[in-house]
Amino acid sequence: MRSYKELAIKMLFTVLAFSSLVFLAGIVFVLFKESIPAISEINLFDFLFGKYWYPTFEPAEFGVLPLILASLEVAVGALFVCVPLGIGSALYVNELASASQKQILKPLIETLASIPSIIYGFFGMLIVAPFIQKLFNIPTGLCAFSASVVLGVMAIPTVASISEDALSFVPNSFKEASYSLGANRWQTLTKVVIPAAASGISTSVILGMSRIVGETMTVLMVSGGAAVIPKSFFDPVRPMTATIAAEMGEAAVGSAHYHCLFAIGLILFLITLVFNALAEAISRKYRIKLGLDR
Amino acid sequence: MKIRISNKFSSAVKEKIGFTFLALCIVITLLFLAGIIYLIFSNGLEVISWEFLTSVPRKGMTAGGVAPAIVGTLYLTVGAVAFALPLGLACAIYLNEYGPRGFIVNIIRMSINNLAGVPSVVFGLFGLAVFVKFFGFGVSILSGSLTLGILILPGIISASQEALMAAPYSIREASLALGATQWQTIKKTVLPAAMPGIMTGVILSVARAAGETAPILFTAATFYKRGYPDSIFSEVMALPYHIYALMTEGTKPDKQTAIAYGCALLLLAITLLISAVAIYLRNKYRSLYAR
Amino acid sequence: MPVKNNDVRIKAENVDFYYGTHKAIKNISIDFYNDKVTAFIGPSGCGKSTFIRLLNRMNDLIANAKACGSIYLDGENILSPKADVVKIRRKIGMVFQKPNPFPKSIWQNISYGLEIQGEKDKKKIEAVVEDSLRKAALWNEVKDRLRDNALKLSGGQQQRLCIARCLAVDPEVILFDEPCASLDPISTNKIEDLILELKKNYTIAIVTHNMQQAARVSDFTAFMYLGELIEFGVTSQIFTVPKEKKTEEYLSGKFG
Repeated sequence: MRSYKELAIKMLFTVLAFSSLVFLAGIVFVLFKESIPAISEINLFDFLFGKYWYPTFEPAEFGVLPLILASLEVAVGALFVCVPLGIGSALYVNELASASQKQILKPLIETLASIPSIIYGFFGMLIVAPFIQKLFNIPTGLCAFSASVVLGVMAIPTVASISEDALSFVPNSFKEASYSLGANRWQTLTKVVIPAAASGISTSVILGMSRIVGETMTVLMVSGGAAVIPKSFFDPVRPMTATIAAEMGEAAVGSAHYHCLFAIGLILFLITLVFNALAEAISRKYRIKLGLDR
Repeated sequence: MKIRISNKFSSAVKEKIGFTFLALCIVITLLFLAGIIYLIFSNGLEVISWEFLTSVPRKGMTAGGVAPAIVGTLYLTVGAVAFALPLGLACAIYLNEYGPRGFIVNIIRMSINNLAGVPSVVFGLFGLAVFVKFFGFGVSILSGSLTLGILILPGIISASQEALMAAPYSIREASLALGATQWQTIKKTVLPAAMPGIMTGVILSVARAAGETAPILFTAATFYKRGYPDSIFSEVMALPYHIYALMTEGTKPDKQTAIAYGCALLLLAITLLISAVAIYLRNKYRSLYAR
Repeated sequence: MPVKNNDVRIKAENVDFYYGTHKAIKNISIDFYNDKVTAFIGPSGCGKSTFIRLLNRMNDLIANAKACGSIYLDGENILSPKADVVKIRRKIGMVFQKPNPFPKSIWQNISYGLEIQGEKDKKKIEAVVEDSLRKAALWNEVKDRLRDNALKLSGGQQQRLCIARCLAVDPEVILFDEPCASLDPISTNKIEDLILELKKNYTIAIVTHNMQQAARVSDFTAFMYLGELIEFGVTSQIFTVPKEKKTEEYLSGKFG
């Protein structure tokens, strides 16, 4: 009697455990199913490398190259913000901060992570964009540059907390060995600690990048929204996420436009999948290197 | 000898420059945080009033309160957690307590990691295709809650799993050795010990669900709704979406921006408060275990 | 010390145990006698802990492990796949190397075993809690703070709490897996006194790396080496005139 109950409970948990697998598979299935009509209608090459995104024109053009390039441009720009600030903050917290400073700084960085992206978008629209507009004297502050700055700030906590984790895994004995050879703290940091945590730090950058590429509301509000191939950092652009968010409301269900938006979703999904797989592979290698794997 | 000294000198200078740079990084980061919070609080506070919190919008969103948006966010969040918590906890328990180490557990773990990395707007697409269209729930609280629920699922699973893992192996052994079954051991020993950690994870996902916008864009949210939702199949106003709509739609930007500040303040205050509680709980609980 | 055959409580026959492909226990046969203490000694890694953990099937928790042979308790084979593990563990209690109280109150720690058996009678639970704590010589120290978290007790008190917790289930046999390994000498003394007291009513097996402890508390001693049972006999004989050369070498400190 009792063992039947145990077995039933175990079975129940086993079934429920597969939910995330089911959802992931569901997402993949839905994205493919809804994208295939678009790709079969337009042909893959024209879709991926078409230079014009005019979904509501007659005849409509569905080339996602401008959107992909916009995502790329904004993401690369954001890296210039989040990589130095994120890694620098992590190094400060891990190596220089006193115990009491750490107790304050770590929760503060986490707080930065918990701010909803709509707030960042709001902040970008009202403060960053007008500021950039004045600073560079450009027609509009809603451009790739502003979006990069705001996205970069958003990704700081991701980069900082994962880097900090990686740094804290570096065994103290490494540092002690370096100190005992007469190296100062900076030398120890740059020559021993950072190399030892290098793969963890690169994981943090990849995951930060993945977050940036997938971020929606901020770019929707700050990037300007022009679906043309970006020529400079100060042009308004329309990244992939913003395109889906802005246009899905108007696209008629089942239309080519609708399917194309799903296809963009699929591209986004695949990009983040690659980033995550990369991060996973690096961090696994890293755990083995430091002997942390079970 | 001389070279050695000058070398030492320069490495000391390098150290100073390096450390200053690192300190600068953290200062800039914190300045951004302070700037965002200051901007929103200083502009938002004057908008907040009892009327703002409790009444419905008037004059085409340019006056009145945002109570329906507050209520909508509450419904969506509660719905999301009600869906994701049992599922996530069960999954974590399976992975940590029952799952045979090996292929299946690895596959599930991999799908959790990947699900966590999926962009929020893609969840929105999934919700649109599956809940809104396929199941026919329409643009509704139900569709939005389910979509948000899937979004927070990986977070709940990993937080729960971490908490379960932190419960010492020895208490499982003790319970089994007293003749408890595995389920009794989990229910009476492991779960109580892991509860603070699980709660932290749940609270953080509440903050996440409350603040997300992209997943509810096409599954639940509407800019304007007369009064409050009357069933789980109604579309709703929600705070984060309301901010977006106020900033990008409508005809009176000045008045709308003021209201948007008020909404942003509410949303920020809610998420900050929730996260602060979670972080506090976790630190307290960690130090308890280190004892 | 005369021992009759019907005094045998547990009978192990030709027991082998594998971790994956590594054979950790090699063909051990041994008897445990009623109301006697059997000590297992031997160098670290000789398999003594592994062996007594077979008696209450704690090794089930290890992946890729496999046990062969038979261990009889009341005529039932513990190692049989059909055996009711829960029932076995209620009959054979265990005290672990490191005190492992639940992060609950002292009271809840003791009442746990009864609760999982579905005991609802408050009066009975109360009686068992007091009785178990008295038997474990802890009652006087904790009677005024039964609602305190057990983790607040000292290491020695925690270990006696674990013994009391085990007694509350009313087992026939108690396994001690190096119960004093993490305790100070004074606490160790108390536990040893307790074991001598408990053997009046329980069959006891104790693993220890402390030879003096084995000599002080046990009636029988088993010496294990590299997974094999080298010698088994009355404690006084093992410690004074060991039959095997290996035993003598170990006892005189030549290795281990």
